[in-house]
Amino acid sequence: MNPLQRYAPLVDDEEAFLEACERPLPSVVRVNTIKATVERAREALDDEGVSYEPTDWHPGILKLEDSTAGTNWPYFHGWLHGQEEVSALPAIALDPQPGERVWDTCAAPGSKTTQIAAMMNDEGVLVGNDNNLGRLSALRHNAERLGVTNLVVTNQDARNFSMKPFGEQTPDEPGAFSQFDRVLVDAPCSCEGTCRKNPDVLDEWTMNHVQSVAGIQKGILRRAVQVTKPGGTVVYSTCTFAPEENEAVLDFVLEREDCEVVEWDVPAGFETSPGVTEWEDEEYDPSVTKARRVYPHQNDTGGFFTAKLEVQG
Amino acid sequence: MRDETAEDENWGQQFDRLPETPDDRVVEGRPSREEVVDWWEERFGLDPETFDHYTFWEKGAGKIWAFPAEMVDPIQVEGLGMRILRTRQRHWKPSTNAVQRFCRDATKNVIELGPGEAKAFVAGHDQQLDRWEGDWGYLVAAHELAGELEPLGVGLYLHGELRSTVPKGRQEDLSKLD
Repeated sequence: MNPLQRYAPLVDDEEAFLEACERPLPSVVRVNTIKATVERAREALDDEGVSYEPTDWHPGILKLEDSTAGTNWPYFHGWLHGQEEVSALPAIALDPQPGERVWDTCAAPGSKTTQIAAMMNDEGVLVGNDNNLGRLSALRHNAERLGVTNLVVTNQDARNFSMKPFGEQTPDEPGAFSQFDRVLVDAPCSCEGTCRKNPDVLDEWTMNHVQSVAGIQKGILRRAVQVTKPGGTVVYSTCTFAPEENEAVLDFVLEREDCEVVEWDVPAGFETSPGVTEWEDEEYDPSVTKARRVYPHQNDTGGFFTAKLEVQG
Repeated sequence: MRDETAEDENWGQQFDRLPETPDDRVVEGRPSREEVVDWWEERFGLDPETFDHYTFWEKGAGKIWAFPAEMVDPIQVEGLGMRILRTRQRHWKPSTNAVQRFCRDATKNVIELGPGEAKAFVAGHDQQLDRWEGDWGYLVAAHELAGELEPLGVGLYLHGELRSTVPKGRQEDLSKLD
């Protein structure tokens, strides 16, 4: 089955939704402010005659007209990073600050991680974790090319992420810590939202996978809440439309951990829809409407889901 | 994608913090923080304040990493900041990534390349450059981009030749821009 049909009842304009999912995505780059200002990166592109258009909602996210990112000077210097437009949202919701301690649970290959590093002004501690050792080398490569220095790379299962390496048991030692200020859970998922870039995800989609990956998502999000300071922020994001992997995961964790869903500031000019409280025979906590869904036809991007949680206690 | 660091990586080893000065040294051959900061100043004229809020770490023999915060010592993780320098050999070798990140303010041993030379350099080619009259050894290769000099990477200058040390995974063919 085409899983997109499954989600058509959730969208306001079914035809526009299905049509947008068929179109390829424009090539988009993010300016890496660790190495260059937006002005200087744009000047370098202008000098080389590379045409681009800034997005309406973010001056440092540029749509390239007919060039791939890998063939120009600003790319070589790590001033630019190819990153799908919509995938810039979770770091914006996370709102990391310079000097904080931040954990990215599923970091490879590192587009969002390096965006977080730039928002932290490359100061503080950013832990980029991935359970796949092979993907970690891509994370490292991207981070180094972009000049990130505040990244600690770890290779753990995020569901039972250990704080021992960071001195949890020796709290008096300089640099020791046992909790984070903010955590991003950009979870593995069914990825139908990336179908404009990789249509194969639709052929490979199965309900079994939805169910098994939802279990992993719940485990990672629970652990994320557990290692976040009271008053701290956890952002949960996916590139799937499946409520089983989005609102249901939030609902599960809201029942078991001390946290609540809060609103987050979606950039002006970026259209989103609220999280859903009913799906098939399930009902979810009413607060999940504060999460934001993004459908491809709304902003001519991929599909996405982003929720912001505040840890209580 | 090729990872420049993968081949000589020692997965599973720990990071050990560098001693402050040679007098604090416990592990034989391990450089001190002071020696590392002095090296960047002597070789490239970097202001020692550049590294004021960085801690320095060794993982594997001679590979020095810089991280902009305190961490417990030792620490068992896969990566800690940026690999900046290879020590425990006669001529210490800076990394491409460190030179790009920190050597915009370099005042010494910087060789400015013209547009064609810069493209050859990032494609990984060695080239004859007899005009250089400075020191031999590791230089910052730089070119002008968006109105300012921007470091490309590390060149090894010997016998009138500038050898590119840009790792395979960072090399680019920019000739199609002509």
